[in-house]
Amino acid sequence: MVETSENKTCYHCGNICDTVEINYDDKVFCCNGCKTVYEIFSESNLTAYYDIEKSPGARPKINEAKFDFLKDAQILEKLLEFNDESMQIATLYIPHIHCSSCIWILENLNKLNPEITSSQVNFNKKTVRITYQTQTTSLKDVVLLLSSIGYEPYISLDDYSEGKKYINRSIIYKLGIAGFAFGNVMFLSFPEYFEVDEFWLDQYKPLFRWLMFAFSLPVVFYAAQDYFISAFKGLRAKILNIDVPITIGVLVLFIRSTIEIAFDIGQGFFDSLTGLVFFLLLGKFFQQKTYSFLSFERDYKSYFPIAVTKIVSETEEIPIQIYNIKKGDRLLIRNEELIPVDGILIKGQAEIDYSFVTGESDTINKKSGDKLFAGGKQTSGSIEMEALKEVKQSYLTQLWSHDIFNKNKEEAFVNLTNNISKHFTIAILSIAFISTAFWLYYDASKAMNVFTAVLIIACPCALALAAPFTFGNMLRIFGKHKLYLKNASVIEQLAAINTIIFDKTGTITSNKKSTATYDGIPLTASEERLLKNTLRGSNHPLSRTLYDILKANDIVTLDSFEEHIGQGVQATLNKNDIKVGSANFVGKKELVKSLHTSVHISSNNDYKGKYTFYNSYRTGLSKLFNQLKKHYDLAILSGDNEGELNNLKKLLPTKTKLLFNQKPEDKLEYIKYHQTEGAKVLMLGDGLNDSGALAQSEVGIALSENINIFSPACDGIMDASVFNKLEQFLIASKMAIKIIKWSFLLSLLYNIIGLYFAITGQLAPVIAAILMPLSSISIVVFTTVTSNWVGRKLV
Amino acid sequence: MSVIYILLGVSVIVALIFFAAFIFAVKNGQYDDSYTPSVRMLFEDELIKDDKTDKTILTKKE
Repeated sequence: MVETSENKTCYHCGNICDTVEINYDDKVFCCNGCKTVYEIFSESNLTAYYDIEKSPGARPKINEAKFDFLKDAQILEKLLEFNDESMQIATLYIPHIHCSSCIWILENLNKLNPEITSSQVNFNKKTVRITYQTQTTSLKDVVLLLSSIGYEPYISLDDYSEGKKYINRSIIYKLGIAGFAFGNVMFLSFPEYFEVDEFWLDQYKPLFRWLMFAFSLPVVFYAAQDYFISAFKGLRAKILNIDVPITIGVLVLFIRSTIEIAFDIGQGFFDSLTGLVFFLLLGKFFQQKTYSFLSFERDYKSYFPIAVTKIVSETEEIPIQIYNIKKGDRLLIRNEELIPVDGILIKGQAEIDYSFVTGESDTINKKSGDKLFAGGKQTSGSIEMEALKEVKQSYLTQLWSHDIFNKNKEEAFVNLTNNISKHFTIAILSIAFISTAFWLYYDASKAMNVFTAVLIIACPCALALAAPFTFGNMLRIFGKHKLYLKNASVIEQLAAINTIIFDKTGTITSNKKSTATYDGIPLTASEERLLKNTLRGSNHPLSRTLYDILKANDIVTLDSFEEHIGQGVQATLNKNDIKVGSANFVGKKELVKSLHTSVHISSNNDYKGKYTFYNSYRTGLSKLFNQLKKHYDLAILSGDNEGELNNLKKLLPTKTKLLFNQKPEDKLEYIKYHQTEGAKVLMLGDGLNDSGALAQSEVGIALSENINIFSPACDGIMDASVFNKLEQFLIASKMAIKIIKWSFLLSLLYNIIGLYFAITGQLAPVIAAILMPLSSISIVVFTTVTSNWVGRKLV
Repeated sequence: MSVIYILLGVSVIVALIFFAAFIFAVKNGQYDDSYTPSVRMLFEDELIKDDKTDKTILTKKE
């Protein structure tokens, strides 16, 4: 029989049906789970799920015991948004939400369980808010229902610690108020622009003016208050930040305008005042591009479960909140569960996946009596362990007690705008004083007028807008190219980088593809066929990898097949016997401890040889390093052993520093040491063990194969597929700085024109009202057009 | 010309009503999720093949 099923994809989840193929209702499914979901949907007339998008589903993983902790009243209280006797509301995070079918099915949950009264999806946040009646349904039932249709919610320790989420919408309110006042003031000030002496206009002038005054009050005292606060903070720290001249401008505008209308000197500058604040807030709003589906602040809490199972006695098992775990507690870790504390394995075959921690995807085998570290995921069967420490004192979690996690990188960084503003403020103040002195001597009546006019016209609106619009636009362009940055200042930091440090496993190597080499006695064609077919039945990650590497072969039915968990697989066909697995399992004593992961093979009890797995490096790695070496110092910090040293030396430029066996703290200290020598470090990492280094470096970027699933706290998240574009991103951020410098020049030009009117004492409100929006808008247009042009080069 | 007081009063009140509506909308979280509603409105109610409609077809056949 020839393998023809390779191309068939599952009707439910879209995976290739390579091992099993189930035909049901004229559709192909890759597993029973997918078929069951289809059955559930077709029974409830919900098959439109498959009409909206093709193969939108996920394989359901049902593990009832996993959510036992949802019965605990104390835990439930923390998870629920609303809770009374008959109704409960919960918002659940579901990573699988990815298309319109997902929205549709999740908002029709009441067809599957009538006790659910409503469910609403927030697509960007990947959450669903479910309201249900509590008489017959509990949160556990809802969660199990979701899991059974392939939408398993992700409930982590993070959900437990935080209370009600507070959403800060003040920027929208402020923008709304400023925009509202700006529009109305423009209307009211318009009649007076033409300075016509008209009877009715003169008659109603005071009314119009005081109305404008009333509209400007909330703008000055509410919408602009952030600028006052920031300027005050800056002055106290003896820094002339950009908010200082802005504050001076706003206050002078307001006070002079009020005096003008109070003494009937003129109409004041309320239009320019409200317009200025509106444009400034618009810039601030534009800069706040947030990726609500990503989190840049994650620590271990986002990965750890809320509760695990504690074994109280031979017969009694209870869920225990993980902060309550004490030294000496016996814990039951089921398949696919995370080890929350350091401990000792007591019973069972442990096969731990530490990819959260190290980025290394291969599992590690442990025997009873071995030490287990927190953060690993058990991948085969249940194990029993004894806790040695509490959660917060475990090896991994201890890292978060380091000072570096409490520092705010953004605050410590003096950005370009504030750097220029220092000189700008001093220059403006001196111009104001010099021109006032001149007019005091020449025509004292005009002196005050000129002094305030200089401060008004020099208010650096365009200057303050240059950076937010350039960076805001750049942030969006980077986002389109799958580099998601936390905020605008990261781009500025990125432009100043001179050292780049990479983690090895998972960062410069790919998790998806491994390469393997075979050494030993060559396998015959029939042995190879037997091997491929044996691997086909095994779900062990190494078997799957090897299965994918080996070339396609006929599918044959094996006479016998047996999987020994944690050891290997054994199969027979036509009296030929094959064993695939660890060295001990195939009957070979491993004399030298190999640095690499390998799978051994024996046929009819004769040892044949082994497949040794190597990490495959990301495509374009060598090229990228050769491009980068011209401008940056490069280094690789790896937590692994030196097994790959020679391979890396061949691949990378000779100047690259290679350090192995680095503990999380070592990585952090290494970066800290180089920073004292003037290095500006960009760190690329992926696992929790890089967290310290990512926080310590100027810019820490987490590389991720699937951006929705996991990344440690960082300044940016990069999709692994664009790793080879790193240099282009660095160039683009340098270009952004150049754009800002050019727009500073442009805004200075406007200031010089304005200053001419101000110094000569001719600044009429209408000139200010034209010049200010004109300069702001032309800066916005200039920065947007140029940054889009730079963005286009990022193919 | 004293009608201008009324006109001004009305225009300011209308503006304030819209402004209040904006604040109300923000407060209710209308601007928190700007994507999902755009997808939701495209779903048609008919997508759920209701049992009742099946039955009516059956009765017609009989």
